[in-house]
Amino acid sequence: MNTTVAQLTARALLGGRRALLLLVMSAVLLALAVLLRLSVGVDHQVTADFLGAVALGALIPLFGLIVGTGVIGPEIDDGSVVYVLSKPISRPTIILSKLVVAVAATVLFAAVPTFVAGLIMSGTEAGLAVGFGAAALVASVAYSAVFVLLAVVTRHAVVYGLAYALIWEGLVGGYVPGARTLSIQQWSLSLAETIVERDLVSSDVRLAVAGVLLAVVIVGATWYAGQRLRVLSLAGEE
Amino acid sequence: MSQQQPAGVIHDIGYRGYDGPRLGRGAVARALYVHSLRGAFGLGRSARAKVLPMLLLGVMCLPAFIIAVIANATSSVLTELPLPYSRYAVVAQGILTIFLAAQAPQAVSRDLRFKTVPLYFSRPLERSDYVLAKFAGLSTAMFLLLAAPLLIMYIGALLAEFPAGRETTDVALALVGAVAFAIVFAGVGLVIASLTARRGFGVAAIITVFALSFAAISSLQGIIRYVEDDATLAGWLGLFSPITLVDGFQTWVLDASSSAVAPPPGSAGGVGYVLVTFGVIGACWALLNLRYRKVSS
Repeated sequence: MNTTVAQLTARALLGGRRALLLLVMSAVLLALAVLLRLSVGVDHQVTADFLGAVALGALIPLFGLIVGTGVIGPEIDDGSVVYVLSKPISRPTIILSKLVVAVAATVLFAAVPTFVAGLIMSGTEAGLAVGFGAAALVASVAYSAVFVLLAVVTRHAVVYGLAYALIWEGLVGGYVPGARTLSIQQWSLSLAETIVERDLVSSDVRLAVAGVLLAVVIVGATWYAGQRLRVLSLAGEE
Repeated sequence: MSQQQPAGVIHDIGYRGYDGPRLGRGAVARALYVHSLRGAFGLGRSARAKVLPMLLLGVMCLPAFIIAVIANATSSVLTELPLPYSRYAVVAQGILTIFLAAQAPQAVSRDLRFKTVPLYFSRPLERSDYVLAKFAGLSTAMFLLLAAPLLIMYIGALLAEFPAGRETTDVALALVGAVAFAIVFAGVGLVIASLTARRGFGVAAIITVFALSFAAISSLQGIIRYVEDDATLAGWLGLFSPITLVDGFQTWVLDASSSAVAPPPGSAGGVGYVLVTFGVIGACWALLNLRYRKVSS
């Protein structure tokens, strides 16, 4: 991990008005949580459904997508990545530095608000806030790793990442139960299922399996992104 | 020594000037419209640019084809399609959103980034013509994307010998709904995309607005309708996401089957949905014109 690369990445990702725009998304989640708390009161099932559908189902994947591709995608797009690549820093180190920034941003702007939304809606009861917070945390790491890899592999990373998040996890997962086994959302839900008391959350994957798959995906994606960055060729603007 | 060249002479080297007819503003706008429409499907661009839109078109038509096959295989049992035409757009909203997110920035962001917009405006093309051409081009592209699977299902229904009159009415209404979907999607997408010269930001922002608002609004609607037991409030909430908005619009105006958790509440709600839908379209038009009044970046 190289702190200079990480600093530059953080500045490019969060500099200017961009941090504010990301903050708006987190604020929407918190505002909805407050709204539900005021209108419905404390209902743990509502908390679980809401956090499952909106936080883990939409906010975290979208954030992972925007931030994960955002740390390296624009640089590859406009070609300025060569100035980083030409420095005597190994490519895997560059990927790791960028991944650290992506994970930090996703955790800060998406996982922490998920935890806070859980606190707002259910307090510390039934382990809901902690469970969903932990699930959001591992999902943030996994989505960031996968989407950084995707940004190195293709210029249409956001679109393909979206196809995964919306079509695979949303549409196909909704109709084909088998597809749910291969979904970061379900893997992180299985962690929430274990931590949250009572049967408020259900996941299709057992925790042990999910843990192994998550570790494989995170480590594998990071490693492969480093390998792909070694042979990166800059394509011209289409 | 050769003779001193006088400065500032334009040499006539024999090129012929253009003295044919010059097409005016309308022709420029039409050309830009056709260019935008073709560009949305990658036609006239590199092979790599065709992959994604064509893939999405294929993915969009696949379920319709399966539905048509199912309808034909089971036509002895079924008397109507397993999925009503008008619900297709909401079921396939993920694909529509991805197409929009990929193609709206393609239509406007690159013009801003490579500073070609001033070149357009140095022609006899008004600001509103540019906006109209882009808006219409992307709307048409979205409409075609949505109409193709509907027609496949319609042909499937006719082959399965479902009542032709009923099917024709249904598909015609669904196509009108598709127009509403296309215009609202294209308008919102273009407004967002025209604000940034960076393709990546445009894509991310459009996705966020559509996907996040739909997820948030649907789950809120579900909770308010079933836990709070307040179908009216849940119905009104649908106004706040483009997808549920147009779904409510076609539910009320075209009597379509609703895909939303809660349809528009009563006639007041229906009128509200219609007004907001037209309001959104008008606002997109106004914002785009405002955006292009001054182009510096």
